[in-house]
Amino acid sequence: MVNIGFNIGDLHFKNPVLTASGTFGYGSEFDDFFDVSLLGGIILKGITLEPREGNPYPRMAETPSGMLNSVGLQNKGIDYFEREIYPEVTAYKTNVLLNINGSTVDDYIALAYRTNKLEKIPAVELNISCPNVKMGGMAFGTNTETARTVIKKVRAIYKKKLIVKLSPNVTNIVDFARIAQEEGADAISLINTILGMAIDTKSMKHSLSTITGGLSGPAVKPVAIRMVWQVAKAVSIPVIGIGGIMNTSDAIEFFLAGASAVQIGTASFIDPKASVIIIEGIKQYLDEKGFSDIKKIIGFINKPNI
Amino acid sequence: MVKRVETLVVLENKSLAKDYFILVLSSLNEDISDIKPGQFVQVKIERSPSTFLRRPFSIHDVNFSQNTISLLIKIVGKGSLALSGLKNKDTVNVIYPLGNSFSLPQPGKRVLLAGGGCGIAPLLFLGKYLRSHGFVPDLLLGFKDAGQTLELDEYAKIGRVYLATEDGSMGQKGYVTDHSILKSEKYDYVYSCGPEPMLKNIARYCKDRKIFCEVSLENLMACGIGACLCCVVDTVKGNLCTCTEGPVFNINDLKW
Repeated sequence: MVNIGFNIGDLHFKNPVLTASGTFGYGSEFDDFFDVSLLGGIILKGITLEPREGNPYPRMAETPSGMLNSVGLQNKGIDYFEREIYPEVTAYKTNVLLNINGSTVDDYIALAYRTNKLEKIPAVELNISCPNVKMGGMAFGTNTETARTVIKKVRAIYKKKLIVKLSPNVTNIVDFARIAQEEGADAISLINTILGMAIDTKSMKHSLSTITGGLSGPAVKPVAIRMVWQVAKAVSIPVIGIGGIMNTSDAIEFFLAGASAVQIGTASFIDPKASVIIIEGIKQYLDEKGFSDIKKIIGFINKPNI
Repeated sequence: MVKRVETLVVLENKSLAKDYFILVLSSLNEDISDIKPGQFVQVKIERSPSTFLRRPFSIHDVNFSQNTISLLIKIVGKGSLALSGLKNKDTVNVIYPLGNSFSLPQPGKRVLLAGGGCGIAPLLFLGKYLRSHGFVPDLLLGFKDAGQTLELDEYAKIGRVYLATEDGSMGQKGYVTDHSILKSEKYDYVYSCGPEPMLKNIARYCKDRKIFCEVSLENLMACGIGACLCCVVDTVKGNLCTCTEGPVFNINDLKW
C-alpha cells in the first residue's frame, strides 16, 4: 500500500490532489462524473464578502495550450454561501476549503472572521493573486508591503489552517513566499494565473472585455514548476503546486520540484474526471518506482544522489 | 439526466452544403433516451494540436432506436475543421447531454420554429419532439443562398417549411425576420436559434405580440458544466451560464 497522504500541520489530506479554486465550482457540478469525496480536498470558487457579478462577457479566450479568463470572481457572497452552499458542500467526505478574496484589507479581515466560524471548513486559501478584479486581488499579492499586511491581519483572526495563494506576476516570487511564512501562513499555493492578453485579428479588438486576463493550462506549467522549485527550497511550510497539470506525469513533476500537494485546475474543463484519474496515476507511479510514501519524492531533484 | 463523458463512434460524416457537415455518433454503452431538445454536447478535439478546449454543438437529432446523436456543424475554425475530417469508425470523446431544453407548449397552440444558418441545428430534434407530442409546427428557415440550404427534406417531415434567402435564390428574399409569414400568421409559441441579430429581431417581434418565445444561445465556452463561469449571459437575473442555465433562454429573461 502506497501512502499518498499529506498534512498541513495537523490537518490531514488523504491524498495530495485538490481542485483549484474557480475551476471546480462548488463540487456538485462534478457529481455526475465521479465521487467528489475521493479528492484530497476541494477548494471552492473564490468568495467575497458581497455578491459579485464578475466581468462582462467575453471572459474567455482560447490560446495555444491554454486559455485566458477574466471571470472576475463572480459569486453570490458569503451570506448566500453560508445559507445555501455551506450545508451541502461540507457533506463531501473530504476537506472542503474556501478561497477568500477582498477589495480592501477590511474585506479580508471580515471574511477571515466569518470563515473562522465555519466549523466544517478546516482551512482557507487566501487569494491575493486574482488578476481579474479592478480593486484588490493581485494588487495585494504583487507588493511585498501590502502582502505582508493582509497576511498578518488575516492570520491574527483566522485560527485554522491558512494557505496563501501567490501571484506569479512578480519579479521574485520567493520574497512573497518568505513573507507568507514569516507572517504565519501554514502553507503556500502557487501559481495563480499569469497576466496575459489576446487580440482578435478579425475584429481588430481585444478578445476579453477586460483586455487582460489570467493565463492557465499547459502553457503555464514550466513557469509554475520553476516557481514551485524556487519557493519549496526557500520555505519550510508545505507548498501546493498549481499550473497546467493535465495528467499524472505533470503532477509528478510538481512533486519532484518540491510540492507536497497539487491542485488540478483547467484540466477539469477538458476532462471533468482529470483530478480523480491523477490520484490513481500517482499511486501507480510510486508503486512502479518502488516508493512506499509520496514524501520520498517531494523535492527529489534537490536530493543528493544516493 | 446524468451528464457523462463517453467515447462515441462515428457512424457517418455527411458533407452538406459549403462548409457544413453532419456527424452521426453512436453510443455503445449508454442509454441516450434522456436527451432533450435544446441540449448540447462538448466534443474533445483530438487531432488538432492548436486547439485546447472542447467545442460545444447543439444536438441536431437523436435516433433513439439506433442510439445515435447527430451534430450539424459549420466549419468556422480549427476545432470544427478538425472534426470535419473524421471518418467512419473514428471515435470522439464527448460530454453530454448538457444544458437545459426547450419547454413544451400548451396543448393545441400554434408553434413556429425559426432558424438561421447553422442555427437551424437544434430545431430538427425539437420539431420531431413536438410532433411526437401532437404539435405540427411551422418552420421558418433562413440561409445565405439556395446553395447553402441544409437538410430541407428532413425539416419538411416536421411541418410546413417557409424559406428565406438573403439573395432571394430560394424562398423569399431577405432575412428570416423579413418573411411575410410573420405578418400573415399568428403563433402562440416561437422557438428560435441562429445569429444574434436575428434572435434579437425575433425576440422583439414576439415581445410586441406577447408571444411566448425561447431562444437557444451560443457563447464562448470552456467547461460546459457550470464550473468556469466563462460563458455568461447578462440576464435580468444577473450573469447566468449559457451552459447550465441555458442554452435555451426565455426572451423575457434576456436584457434585449
